[in-house]
Amino acid sequence: MPLGPLPAAVPPSWYLTLSAILFALGVLGFLLRRNIITVFMSIELMLNAVNLSFVTFSYVLKRVDGHIFSFFVMVVAAAEAAVGLAIILTVFKNRQTLEIDEVSTLKN
Amino acid sequence: MPVNFLPTNVDYARFLPELILTLAGTLIMFLEALRPEGKKSHAGLFAIVALVMALPAALLATPGPAFQGMLVIDGMATFFRTLVIVVGLLVVFSSTDYLRREKQDTGEYYALVLFSIVGQCVMVTANELVMIFIGLEISSIASYILAGYLRDDARNNEAALKYFLLGSFATAFLLYGVAWMYGATGSTNLTEIRRSLISGAAPPEALIGVAAALIFVGLAFKISAAPFQGWAPDVYQGAPAPVSAFLTVGPKAAAFAVLLRIFMGSLEPIASRWAPAIWVCALATMVVGNFAAIMQSNIKRLLAYSSIAHAGYVLVAVAANSGTGSAAAMFYLAAYAFTNIGAFAVVTYFSRKGERYVGIDDFAGLAQRQPGMAAMLTIFLLSLIGVPLTGGFFGKFYIFKAALDAKLVWLTVIGLLNSAVAAYYYLRILVVMYMREPGESVEKLPPAGALLQIAVYGSAAGTLLLGIFPSLVLDFANRAALR
Repeated sequence: MPLGPLPAAVPPSWYLTLSAILFALGVLGFLLRRNIITVFMSIELMLNAVNLSFVTFSYVLKRVDGHIFSFFVMVVAAAEAAVGLAIILTVFKNRQTLEIDEVSTLKN
Repeated sequence: MPVNFLPTNVDYARFLPELILTLAGTLIMFLEALRPEGKKSHAGLFAIVALVMALPAALLATPGPAFQGMLVIDGMATFFRTLVIVVGLLVVFSSTDYLRREKQDTGEYYALVLFSIVGQCVMVTANELVMIFIGLEISSIASYILAGYLRDDARNNEAALKYFLLGSFATAFLLYGVAWMYGATGSTNLTEIRRSLISGAAPPEALIGVAAALIFVGLAFKISAAPFQGWAPDVYQGAPAPVSAFLTVGPKAAAFAVLLRIFMGSLEPIASRWAPAIWVCALATMVVGNFAAIMQSNIKRLLAYSSIAHAGYVLVAVAANSGTGSAAAMFYLAAYAFTNIGAFAVVTYFSRKGERYVGIDDFAGLAQRQPGMAAMLTIFLLSLIGVPLTGGFFGKFYIFKAALDAKLVWLTVIGLLNSAVAAYYYLRILVVMYMREPGESVEKLPPAGALLQIAVYGSAAGTLLLGIFPSLVLDFANRAALR
C-alpha cells in the first residue's frame, strides 16, 4: 500500500522555535560553562540547531537544497571536531587541565 | 529544461589558482610522509613555486561565473585572490627561517598555509552563502592548526585553543544567519537575494534584518571588529610570529571581501538599515583598538591591537557604502597587508629562538646594530601611522575621502583623531629603537637569513610602491569596485 503524505501534525514554526531555543542554549553553554569539552559541545549544539532550521526551511520552501546544506554543515563540523579535539588534547598535555579559566597566560 | 551539472573546462580554468594550490598542498603532505627522518624538507620551495604559478592564473582568469554561478570571477574576486596569494608568498618567505630556528622545519606548515589560502580564494570568489561558509571553514580550520603549530609551546596552545573556540562560535552565528536568509528569500545565491529584495514581493524586513545581523556578527568576529575583538590580542600574541602576520592579513582581507560582497552587493537595497550598525561598529573598533594599544609593552600584542584599529578604519569605508568606499577599502587592505607582514617579519627576526625578545624595550638600540632592519621597521611603522610616501597614507586618505563624500563627517573626524592617538604608540617604538643604548637583546643579534630578508625588503618595496604610485593599485581597485 503506497504511503500518502504524512499529516502535518507539527507546524514548521515549532521546528524553527525549537531550533532557536537550541541555538540559544548553545550560546549560553558557550558563555557560561567552564570546561573546554563542554564549551566545544555547545558549539556543536549551535551547528545542529542551524541544521534543523535548514531542513525546516527546505521543507517549507519545497526545495531540496536546504537538505544538502545540512550535509555540508555536518561534514564541516566533523572536520572542525577533528582539529578542535586535537588542539584540546595538546592543551591538556601541556597543562593537565581542561578548565578554561586556567588557560589564560596571555593578557595585557 | 535539462541542466548539465558537469563542470566544463571554462569552470576549471576560472578555478585554476585553487586547483594548483590544493594539488600542491596535498602533494606536500604526501612527500612529507615519505621523507626519511633527518632529511631536509623542501616543502617551502615547493609552496613558493605553487604560489608563483597560482599568481598569473588568478590575475589572468577570465571574468564570469563558474560552477552554475556558485563562484563568480569579477574584478573584486581577482583583486582579492591576487592579494591573498601575494600575502601567502610573503608569509612563506618569512616563515622558513623561523621554523628552522624553532626546530620545527616540517612541510605540513606550508601545506596548511596553502590550504588556508585556497579557503580564502573560495571566500572571495563565492557568490553563494553556503560556498562562503565552506571557504571560510577551509581557511579557518587550517589557520587554527597554524596558530598552534609549535605544539609544545604553551603560548601556541592557548592561542590555537582560543582561536578555535571563538572562530567556530562565530562561524555558527554566520551559518544561522545563512539559514534565515535562505528561509526568508528562498535562496542562498547573492544575486538572487538582491533580486528578491528589490522585487515587489520582498520578504519581511524583520526576517532579513535578523539574518543580516547574524551574518554580520559572524563576520565581525573574523575581522576582529568591536565588540567582538576580544580574542584577537591573545591569538596574535600567542601564535608564532609569521602566523600572526598571516592571520592579521589573509583571513581578514578575505572576510572583508565577503562583507563588501554581501552588504554592499546583495543587501544594498536595505542599506539604510545596516549602515548605522556599521557606523557604530567602525567607531567602537577604532577607539578600542587604539586606546588599548597605547598601554601595551609587548610588541606582538601592540600590533594585535593596532590590527583591530585598522579593521575599524576599513569599516569606515564600508559604512560609506559607495563605489569609492569599496575601492578605498580594497586599497587599504592591500597597503596594510604589505605593511603588517613586513612589521611582523622584522619582529620574527628580532624575537630570536622561543620568541624571547618581544618587549618594546628589547628593541633599544636596534638602529645602531642592524641599521637596515631598523630602517625597514621604520618604514612599516610610518605606514601604519599613515605618513606620506607610504601605502598607509593613501589608504587612510582614500578612506576618509570616501567617508566625507558619503557625508560621514563625524566618523571622519573621529577617525582622524584616532590616527593621531595611534601615532603616539608607533612613534614610541621608533624612539626606543633609535635613541636608546643597545641592551643584551640587541648585542649578539645574528644577521637575518636570506629568505627573511626577501620578505622584509619585499614588503617594504610594496609599502613604498603603494605610497609613491598609488594609482597602480587604486585603478585596479576602482575598476573592481562594486557599483
